[in-house]
Amino acid sequence: MTAITLDYVRKRAEADAKTYGYYLTPQPDLLQSFLEGLKVNEERYGYPLCPCRLASGNFDYDRDIICPCDYRDPDVAEYGACYCRLYVNKTVYESKQLPDVPERRPLEKQMRAYGAAAWGKEEKAEAAAEKPTEAPKPEAKKPSEVKRKLWYCKQCGYVVFRDDPPYICPICKAKRELFAEIESKIEYNG
Amino acid sequence: MQFSKVSGKNNTHKVTLYALSTCVWCKMAKQFFNENSVEYEFIDVDLCDEKDKQKIHQTILNKGGSISYPTTIIDDKTVITGFRKDQLKEALGI
Repeated sequence: MTAITLDYVRKRAEADAKTYGYYLTPQPDLLQSFLEGLKVNEERYGYPLCPCRLASGNFDYDRDIICPCDYRDPDVAEYGACYCRLYVNKTVYESKQLPDVPERRPLEKQMRAYGAAAWGKEEKAEAAAEKPTEAPKPEAKKPSEVKRKLWYCKQCGYVVFRDDPPYICPICKAKRELFAEIESKIEYNG
Repeated sequence: MQFSKVSGKNNTHKVTLYALSTCVWCKMAKQFFNENSVEYEFIDVDLCDEKDKQKIHQTILNKGGSISYPTTIIDDKTVITGFRKDQLKEALGI
């Protein structure tokens, strides 16, 4: 496997920023730290997980927070920067004033990073003891499963196979509301 | 659960920092405490085992915080999510 270098991580981020019309954070020391965090995560998990979020280590569970994450485009559109503030828009880049960006990732997806041990064991224990069901605590809610579906952008036809449609179409910038599910049916014969 | 303790002259408050080892803003929070000589303990959650991660998750939620990093808990009651210098200064009286 090719060694992951800081230069490789930097060039990839720069290329992605250029493609989407973004800028990388204007503070050189911060930028260096972001790239180092991404490098560590790529070496640790095998994919460049967001350095500001906790991984589950399971690719399917972490898919939405692999940098650039699913939340970057709506966050840059709303706040001028992504959650980490690695990617920023031109205004933020020029002002050098980084905004506060709240976490957009839904809580049930965040739970995936803690879930494997906790809710897995709870379920097994409950099944073994066959104890009567109690009112579930909100924080003990099972994290959402990954159920991939096909989605298409009604504006440009872009098709994506993910659990949720993108917040913003990466091709034509249409909003999530313009995505519709493609109902697929597989028939097995014989 | 293994917290790392950092001594400082400002030790009137109990400061607990939940951080990620890869997170830039968590590093800034540590740097801020160090520069202001704040005594604190921290744990890098991404380096913990699953059992500890679950405990940390429950602790933060029970204190009314959201599970983002860095999360600072001051005197077991005030929860500050993210690296908010002003809020930290106010809570610590520095």
